[in-house]
Amino acid sequence: MRSVWALAAMVALSVLTASTATRAGEPKQGGILRMYHRDSPANASILEGATYSVNVPFMGVFNNLVIYDQHIAQNSPDTLRPELAESWSWSSDNTKLTFKLRQGVKWHDGKPFTSADVKCTFDLLMGKSQQKLRQNPRKAWYSEVNEVTTSGEFEISFDLKRPQPSLLAMLASGYTPIYPCHVSPAEMRTHPIGTGPFKFVEFKANESIKLTRNPDYWKKGLPYLDGIEYTIITNRSTAILAFVAGKFDMTFPTHITIPLLKDIKSQAPNATCVVEPTNVSTNIIVNSTSPPFDNIDIRRAMALALDRKAFVDILFEGQADIGGTMLPPPQGIWGMPKDKLQTIPGYGPDVNANREEAKKLMQKAGYGPDKHLAVKVSTRNLAEYRDPAVILIDQLKSIYIDGELDVVETANWFPKVARKDYMLGLNLTGSSVDDPDQSFYENYSCGSERNYTNYCNKEIEKLFDVQSQETDVSKRKPLVWDIDKKLQEDVARPIIFHARAGTCWQPYVKGVTIMSNSSYNGFRYEDVWLDK
Amino acid sequence: MFAYLVRRLFLMLVTLFGISVVIFFLLRIVPGNIVDILFAAAGYVDPADKAELEKQLGIDQPLVAQYLHWIGGLLRGDLGYSYVSEKPALQEILPRIPITARLAGLALLFSASIGIPLGVISAVKQGTKLDYALRVVSLSGLSLPSFWLGLLILTASVAMFGQMPIFNPNPKTWLEAFATYAVPAAAVGFRSAALTMRITRSSMLEVLRQDYIRTARAKGASEAAVNYHHALKNAILPVITVIGIEAAFLIGGLIVTETVFNIPGVARFLVEAIRWRDYPIVQNLVMFIAVVVVFANFTVDMLYAVFDPRIRYSE
Repeated sequence: MRSVWALAAMVALSVLTASTATRAGEPKQGGILRMYHRDSPANASILEGATYSVNVPFMGVFNNLVIYDQHIAQNSPDTLRPELAESWSWSSDNTKLTFKLRQGVKWHDGKPFTSADVKCTFDLLMGKSQQKLRQNPRKAWYSEVNEVTTSGEFEISFDLKRPQPSLLAMLASGYTPIYPCHVSPAEMRTHPIGTGPFKFVEFKANESIKLTRNPDYWKKGLPYLDGIEYTIITNRSTAILAFVAGKFDMTFPTHITIPLLKDIKSQAPNATCVVEPTNVSTNIIVNSTSPPFDNIDIRRAMALALDRKAFVDILFEGQADIGGTMLPPPQGIWGMPKDKLQTIPGYGPDVNANREEAKKLMQKAGYGPDKHLAVKVSTRNLAEYRDPAVILIDQLKSIYIDGELDVVETANWFPKVARKDYMLGLNLTGSSVDDPDQSFYENYSCGSERNYTNYCNKEIEKLFDVQSQETDVSKRKPLVWDIDKKLQEDVARPIIFHARAGTCWQPYVKGVTIMSNSSYNGFRYEDVWLDK
Repeated sequence: MFAYLVRRLFLMLVTLFGISVVIFFLLRIVPGNIVDILFAAAGYVDPADKAELEKQLGIDQPLVAQYLHWIGGLLRGDLGYSYVSEKPALQEILPRIPITARLAGLALLFSASIGIPLGVISAVKQGTKLDYALRVVSLSGLSLPSFWLGLLILTASVAMFGQMPIFNPNPKTWLEAFATYAVPAAAVGFRSAALTMRITRSSMLEVLRQDYIRTARAKGASEAAVNYHHALKNAILPVITVIGIEAAFLIGGLIVTETVFNIPGVARFLVEAIRWRDYPIVQNLVMFIAVVVVFANFTVDMLYAVFDPRIRYSE
């Protein structure tokens, strides 16, 4: 009899435990998510922003037409989800993309959302509207769009000059929110109005950013949080100490360097931390328009001298990726496979052999042990630029190149690079969308504003267009790999490594996913919740 | 006295005019402007967009015209608009002033209330173990950079108490408000206190050897009366000078302390504004600081007369 009672008690207990566990796993409503912000963004307008310092706090204010699934770390064509658009379809010749829009959505000021707002947004981005953005960094994304047209209040079409399947990827980026027609770009910089899960409350420069729950959000029951508060802390040590002390629920996304991650794990062992690629490459920009780097042999020798693994080991304790222009797999969709990568000069594992070859090229160009080439290695005055630049200078010594570090203040860095006032530079290039169109056209096409090295190869540009129009991902990939390989062989902008960074949150923060191939697209936070 | 005051006030105006010219033109000499920075962040530049933005902000105008526009506005109480936040500069600066003022005031209070008594004790106990200990403390204060001290305090707080004395914008009680400012004020005031202590000590040592001190002792005055009433009163002048100078130099320490303790005061705001080349904010803030420094010097000069009856400002 006693055993029967014991069995019954055990069954009851396990049922109770199971039901409690289920309840514990269910999202809870309420609470303010407290995060620190790494710096004070220039303003609140994502369309004008060119740093994820704007996307992180303000992405929750908006919606896109489509969005990458916020709970799948890898952004890919398969993870595109409808948002303000309920569905989309391509015309048979793939030159017209039509969206059916969601009805009953309201802006935070109560006005209804319609197709006119979508048209206004893209006219603004394409520079076709009366009102202008103060700066429009992603105008080039829409260079293949002829026109955006409405058909009634809830249908919108993008007419393209040629097929461009990657347009959807760009529309899904955190950089492409839909703005209201009735609010000016100037107002959007100071008081953004969106349709998103959170309403803007206030932005005190250098102090804080506050968002509150949108009770009329069109996704019923969301968001779970009552609000999000970002405290702006520019000093990384202070910010991390504050996280460790429990002042914040989460660190700023991908803000923790690998060495600092160890500190956090030792001081806050319960914190959940993840390390993901940021899709920011560290690369060398070479002024190939003037001596000595107008000589392809010297450029090739420099590329051969790179010991990429040493960079990764020193700066990231082994936790960064070696690749070409596109982020390498498995996180990157379009990066070259390892076997292909290793066929590129300088990527082979035998660094000494590479450097011997590099020395021969230098000697051919007239340099050797008795005649070193003196160069200035310019870089921006930020640690993530300076540190690899110092390693680069050290590595170049092995092939008779004596580098001198030329540190340039942030305000002067781009003007200096744009007027080609440098010999060799160490630069960082971020990709907001893991798609070749964004990277190739922006950084390597002839005449592009961000093609700092003036690399221009008409043949390869034709290949850019070929891959861009390919709708079949499996066919597009080999095309992209061939282009990427050619870019590396031409020493267009040698890629040293792709960085990784960490993000941590307290154990009671649930529903956070850090994107693994973009630092710009994963901050809607509508279903993040606090288990406390 | 009146003529002296008028002369000093006139000199102050001339000084402030000179400072305004220097601030304005130095700021323009620094390479890059807000438009460069905005476009640099985007990694590209469209010359037409750039020109349009420069026109909107008025930085395409000749420098003299820009200067006159600024000074004209300043005299009318119009400080212009921040280039970054697009809000009135006054609205951006004003709420931050009390925060920094409280911090600076508390740091100076810390400096004087710790530095002067310890300086006196060190002088009176010259050559003793206590004197040596205090001298080591003061030397440490002068040697430790305030940012390092600040970080050390934060790290120790987290490691020992699991808490962090970081800025609380909405303190509920007076005590909470005091706690918010006390730790950073101590961090920034430690160096000042050390300097005050050293100056007080050396000044006191000089005074304590004077005949009238011996006379006071001979007349039966207590040690405390001799040290604090007779000696300190005469030794205080150089200390006041140092505190006055420290008040001006404090802004440098506050920039670091406000950053480390994440205090949204004017000092940190100034650094951010310089980073963005936000001319309206930088110009007006530096001008404000210049006014404070000039008035602090003026006040110190006036205090001389109050503390030392032998000094009178006459024609």
